[in-house]
Amino acid sequence: MPSNDFWKTYTYTGWGRALSATGEIARPERQLALTTLPAAPAMGQCRSYGDAALNDGGRIVDMSRLDRVIGFDETSGVLHVEGGAQLGTLARIFAPRGWLPPVMPGTGFATVGGAIAMDVHGKNHHHAGTFGQHVIEITLVQNGEPIAITPGNSLFRATVGGLGQTGVIASAKIQMLAAKGDVMMVTERRIPGWDAFLSQLDASEATYSVGWIDATARGDNLGRGILEEGETGAGLVPAPKPSKSIPMNAPRFALSSPVVRAFNSLYYRRVPMAGRTVVKPIQEFFFPLDRLHNWNRLYGKRGFHQFQCVVPSDQSPALRDMLAAIAVSGLASPLAVLKRMGPGTGGMMSFPMEGYTLAVDFPARTEAAPLIHRLEEMTLAAKGRIYLAKDALSHADHIQAMYPERAAWAEEAAKADPDGSLQTDLIKRLNLRRLK
Amino acid sequence: MTQTWLVLGATSSMARAFIRAVAQDGHAVILAGRDLNDMESTATDARAHGAPLAQVHRFDARDPDTFPALIETMTEQDGVLNAAVFVGSMPEQSTIDADPSLIDGTITDSFTGPARVLQMLAPVLEARGSGTIVGVGSVAGDRGRIGNYVYGAAKAGFHTYLSGLRNRLTRTGGHVVTVKPGFVDTAMTWTVEGMFLVAAPQSVARDILRAVTKKKNVIYTPGFWRLIMTIIRLVPEPIFKKLSV
Repeated sequence: MPSNDFWKTYTYTGWGRALSATGEIARPERQLALTTLPAAPAMGQCRSYGDAALNDGGRIVDMSRLDRVIGFDETSGVLHVEGGAQLGTLARIFAPRGWLPPVMPGTGFATVGGAIAMDVHGKNHHHAGTFGQHVIEITLVQNGEPIAITPGNSLFRATVGGLGQTGVIASAKIQMLAAKGDVMMVTERRIPGWDAFLSQLDASEATYSVGWIDATARGDNLGRGILEEGETGAGLVPAPKPSKSIPMNAPRFALSSPVVRAFNSLYYRRVPMAGRTVVKPIQEFFFPLDRLHNWNRLYGKRGFHQFQCVVPSDQSPALRDMLAAIAVSGLASPLAVLKRMGPGTGGMMSFPMEGYTLAVDFPARTEAAPLIHRLEEMTLAAKGRIYLAKDALSHADHIQAMYPERAAWAEEAAKADPDGSLQTDLIKRLNLRRLK
Repeated sequence: MTQTWLVLGATSSMARAFIRAVAQDGHAVILAGRDLNDMESTATDARAHGAPLAQVHRFDARDPDTFPALIETMTEQDGVLNAAVFVGSMPEQSTIDADPSLIDGTITDSFTGPARVLQMLAPVLEARGSGTIVGVGSVAGDRGRIGNYVYGAAKAGFHTYLSGLRNRLTRTGGHVVTVKPGFVDTAMTWTVEGMFLVAAPQSVARDILRAVTKKKNVIYTPGFWRLIMTIIRLVPEPIFKKLSV
C-alpha cells in the first residue's frame, strides 16, 4: 500500500508544551499494521515534558491504539500487554484482583512502552527500583521484524531506558506486584524545613513515599513541605471523583509569584500540625494530577519546563542550594517534589542513582532558561543527573558527562537502528547517538 | 441475568471500544471478524476488563459459510443474547467510479452480509423473548452525496433493514438500536482530509450503551449530527444536487 494510507501530517507537543514538532504520524491499530510501517520512533501519550517523543520534520508512530492486555497469569502475576497500554488503566483493572503495576510514575497516562523507554521510577523506587527491572520480556519491532528480548543481554539493557532507539516496543511481559487491595492508607506529615525533610525521608520505612516541597519558602522555612507515605490496603473508599478538564490556556497571572506563594502556604497548612492518615483510592495517591485533564494548560500558551535531577546521597547540600536559588527566583510553581532514590536501574541510560531527586515545574518565561541552566550546572558539579523524560533545555556535553554508559548504549542503538531512523528531537539536540 | 454480545466486525476500533465497555459491565462477548490473531488479543483484553467469557470466531461478510457457526455459538449461551454490527467497507468513491464491480462488495460488507446474520439470529431472539441488536450505520446513509454515495446507499439500505427488524422484534420483547455515527477517529478516517469534530471511539461506545439502556431507536453520535443531518435532509433536491457537501 502507498505510504499515504498510513501517514498524516500533524503538529504536536511534549507535555510541557514549550517544544513542538510537525511531521507525519501513523497510528496502527493492529500488530500486523505496526510491522508493515517503515522504521520511525514511537510515541505513547506524549507525557514526556520536552522533546523525547517529538520528531520535527520526520515521522512518528503513535502507539495509543495498541493498548490491549494480551495475557495474564493469575497465579504468577505475569502480565503481557501491548506497548500503548496505559499504567493507570492497568492499575484500575488489576488492583481489585490484588495486582499492581510494580512501578508507577506520577501519571497514569504513561504507557508501558514509554515506561520502559524512560525506565521510569515511582514512589517506591527505594525498595522496588525502576519499571524496567520488573520487565521480563520485550517484543521489539525492528524494521518490520518482531524480536523478543529478555533481561541479561546488552540489547535489553540498551532498550530499557533506551529512549526508543533500539526499536518500537510492541509488547512486554511485566511481573506485576502483589498488592493487599485497591486502596491506599496514606499518612501525611508537615515537615518544617530542609534538614528535617532529609532525615524523615531517610527514616521512612513506608513502601511508598514522596515529599511535596514548597519551592517558594525561604529562610527558616526553606525546604518545608509535606511527606506522604503510603501502603496498599483493602477496604471501602468513596469512588474516585469524576475528572475535570482545563478548557483553555490560563492567563499569565494564574501562576504568578504571589499567587503561588499564597497557594503553597494554604496547601502546607491543609495537613494538620499533628499529621493525619487518610484512605484514598489508589489513583488519587499515585496520579494526583490526572483528575485534572490537560492541567498543562494552566501554564498558558507558552507552556512550562520541568527540571528534575538526582544527586548522590552525600551531595544533598547541592539540592538545598538549588532550592534556595529557586525560591529567590520567584519562578517556582506549586509543583515541586523531593524523593529518596535507591540504587536500582534497569538500563544503560536509566536516570536513577542512590540519592535524592528533586523535580520542579517552571512556566516557560524568558527568565526560566537561565535558572534551569544554572540548576543543570549545579547538578553536574554534584555528580548528579538530569532526567531526560523531563528535559527540554540541557547542554549536550553536560548530559553526556552525566550518563557514563552512553557510548556503549550508542553502539547498541547503532546496531539496532543503523540508519538512525529512530532518532527523536531529544536524541538530535543532545547528540546522544554519537559514537565514542 | 447473563448477557452475551455477538460483535460483528470486532477488529474495528469502534468495536474494540464497545467490547471493552460491555466487558466492564460484566457481559460475555463473542467476537467475529477476519483477523483471528488480532481478535485473540481483543478477547484476552476483554477478559481482563471483566468479561466472563470472550470467544473468537471467523466471520467474513462475503462468505456466508461463516455465518451458521455464529448462530450456533450464540444459541449455546444462556440468558439474554445481543448483537452489535460494526462491519462495513468504504472504498473511495473515485476508486468505485473506476471499477464499478466494487459496488457489490461494498454493499455486501455494509449491508447484506450482516443483514443475513441478523436474519438468522432473529428467530433465536424471538424464542428467548429478549435481546438487543445494535446496527452501526452512518450519517452517509441519510442522503446520497457525490463523495460517497455507494457506501451511503449501502448504509441507507442497512438503516431501512434495521427499522424493519425493530418493527419485528419489538413484538417479542426484543429491541433494535440504529446508530448513525458522524466522523469517528478510526483507522478509516485517520488520513482523510477535512474531518471536523471527530469523536473518540470510546465516546461512541458510551453513547451506544446509553441508547441500549434507554431503548432508543435511532441515535446520532455525537448527538449534534442529528441537527446537521436534519438540515442536510431539508435542503430541496434542486439545490442539493448542485452542492458538494
